[in-house]
Amino acid sequence: MAEFEPTIVAFCCHYCAYGAADLAGSMRLEYPPNIRVIRLPCSGKVTPVFLLRAFEKGADGVYVAGCMEGDCHFIHGNLVSKPRVNYAKKLIEEVGLEPERLEFFNMSAAMGPRFAEVAREFTERIRELGPSPISKKFHSNKDEAA
Amino acid sequence: MIIAERKPFDEIMKMLEGHKKIMVLGCGGCVTVCLTGGHDEVRVLSSQIRMAREKEDDPIEIIEKTIERQCDPEYLDEVQDVVPDVEAIVSMACGAGVNFMAERYAATPLYPALNTTFIGGSLREGYYVERCQTCGECKLFYTGGICPIARCSKSLLNGPCGGSTNGKCEIDPEVDCAWQLILDRLDTLDQMDRYEDIMEMCDWRTNRDGGPRKMVREDFQR
Repeated sequence: MAEFEPTIVAFCCHYCAYGAADLAGSMRLEYPPNIRVIRLPCSGKVTPVFLLRAFEKGADGVYVAGCMEGDCHFIHGNLVSKPRVNYAKKLIEEVGLEPERLEFFNMSAAMGPRFAEVAREFTERIRELGPSPISKKFHSNKDEAA
Repeated sequence: MIIAERKPFDEIMKMLEGHKKIMVLGCGGCVTVCLTGGHDEVRVLSSQIRMAREKEDDPIEIIEKTIERQCDPEYLDEVQDVVPDVEAIVSMACGAGVNFMAERYAATPLYPALNTTFIGGSLREGYYVERCQTCGECKLFYTGGICPIARCSKSLLNGPCGGSTNGKCEIDPEVDCAWQLILDRLDTLDQMDRYEDIMEMCDWRTNRDGGPRKMVREDFQR
């Protein structure tokens, strides 16, 4: 059986993680193609709705990447975002998903290697957890189509 | 404002057993401000319900709506075209809103998603505290604006009990003694003479003890 390839949504702040992803590309760093990046003006733009909808639409894992603490372009957007992610972990746990499928990471725009490392580690984490019970149908549909 | 908390998720799911198409209806009033029943919370709860049911291979269709207020009949009409299409409505309003919806749409099962808890305000974002018990007879003139009914654990009217220690209540060291607050405030305002006035027994008929209450503005009656 082919190895499970998770679908991962990464909500990335324009001022840090998105730049880090760009840098990772410029540096020709390899990271898994499972990550779907969604650019946000700030990680503080994230609400629990964003995160739940990502899981609902078939994501096996979701993470939010914001600036290093104290470095937010909008002063405290990343400090607002982190507790929201922790709150959303409880929400997905109520539904029956593992809270480990959701995470918050801090990084700066200069941390291209860190972006690639987070992408690799998170993909591996989700691979070990297996497909999300919500997304199973999406995967089985894909298999049938294949 | 009226403060409410969301019911445990399992309790909400149990109410929805057997239903295949529902509406989750939010309220744009108090529960939006206290972050429990507004537009965003409707979307969060709906996502959760859909995912939980999808997981059990028992999908459910949800119409998500939020109206200005559920405690005003004119706003309830906004969903009259949707109600016949759904098997049940989950209301994310306070208890008053749920009652109004149940009266307006008598033929559709209506389930509450919130527990209405108290009347209060926010000390800071996402942190709500009780400040009024709707006793129906404000005594705040005598007490410097601090309510002894809502904020004293025993609702005492004429000074603190023996459980007041260092300004805190005996039920919990984090709860302020209301009478300490009242006395400090009267002292600041140089109104300590009001503490000398004996407040008579409370007439609880103006509270819930007189049955359901109403307030009528005659000039608005047509």
